[in-house]
Amino acid sequence: MERAQKVRVKNWHPPGHVRAPMYLRGKTGEIERELGPFANPEELAYGHKASRRRLLRVRFTMGELWGAEAENPADILEAEIYEHWLDPINAT
Amino acid sequence: METDKIHRWHDMGGQPAGDINREEHDFALWEKRVDALQVLTSSKGYFTVDGLRRVLEDMGEDAFETMTYYERWVQSVNQNLLEAGVYTIAELAERMEQVQSRGETYGECAGSGE
Amino acid sequence: MPHDHHDHSDDTQGLSPSGHPYKPDQDHKLTRWQAMEIAMRELLIEKGIVTAAEITATVEQMDRRSPADGAKVVARAWVDPAFKARLLQNGTEAIREIGVEPGVLKLIAVENTPEVHNVVVCTLCSCYPRNLLGLPPDWYKQRAYRSRVVKTPRKVLAEFGLELPDTVQVRVHDSTADMRYLVLPARPEGTDKLDETALAALVSRDAMIGVATARHP
Repeated sequence: MERAQKVRVKNWHPPGHVRAPMYLRGKTGEIERELGPFANPEELAYGHKASRRRLLRVRFTMGELWGAEAENPADILEAEIYEHWLDPINAT
Repeated sequence: METDKIHRWHDMGGQPAGDINREEHDFALWEKRVDALQVLTSSKGYFTVDGLRRVLEDMGEDAFETMTYYERWVQSVNQNLLEAGVYTIAELAERMEQVQSRGETYGECAGSGE
Repeated sequence: MPHDHHDHSDDTQGLSPSGHPYKPDQDHKLTRWQAMEIAMRELLIEKGIVTAAEITATVEQMDRRSPADGAKVVARAWVDPAFKARLLQNGTEAIREIGVEPGVLKLIAVENTPEVHNVVVCTLCSCYPRNLLGLPPDWYKQRAYRSRVVKTPRKVLAEFGLELPDTVQVRVHDSTADMRYLVLPARPEGTDKLDETALAALVSRDAMIGVATARHP
């Protein structure tokens, strides 16, 4: 997954400590930049030695996130999402 | 909201909410010490900031609404230190009893502050 | 400016140097949470896990950190285009150049321009560039700001007194993981003759969170 790659955030809803916010799940955005590997917070939170996961900054439009409720659909929201929460969307 | 989705209370983005209260205050010494204990023990590897957050999240919304920020933090730091085996529940209980017997106020019970 | 609670413990009606009321502390009845802090601190010291000196030093360091550090970064970026480029490229390394030790902080600086306005939040907890700006304001940690700014940023900014025209794109940065964010506000007009120190005085904490602009001199 590289810059400008389109991605969809997984629509998972596990009960534990995760850092993918609910309002972004299932939403489509594009990679703004790659931040490198970081220890997985989902393992760190439970006191385990954590595996490293690529962290990516993803850019979403407010129109994608909020639909008709968006103040200005072209406004932007950016967030950091770990790679295992992202599915690449390939142009067909 | 779809019923098969577990919406955890701390995950607030986009949820309905009221007016922003812009009142501010400085922190008390005991609160800064809680912060310092978190910074020091996590930097020494006893737990992680994600462990801190996990316990804060698991404390639930009621704690968020009724306890202050550092009241929640001291509970979470303690939980993480217990889980790491740094001290036992009995050691903590005994020491808290001793602390509370020293006087009425934080100043009296904290001794010299050191 | 740091303050010493020992000197003010009986002055809970007064305002601190930063203009905010003190939280009740030394002279109020001990709470169970305060008893827990004292007990935990003593146990940690006795077990050799932390020293009293480390705790004191950490609290003092917390008191020394303030938005003034961030303002120095902004003022330098305004006067030194090469520094600004490095700051936007790698915020963590750039702040070292002007004597701010990032510690665990991993910084991304985002620049306000005539076309773009940036604002920072942490919807999941209250992540904040503490090593650069000090501790976050209360409202940054509360439900109202965290919930609303990702959905209706323009309305929230208007409540802070910042009305943005539709020609300006709003970018909200949700600090969901390991990075922390600094908004680089636009340099106000009419500041060509000001030196770096005078420029830094125009940069508020709120401007670096993105809920305000830099002050005009």
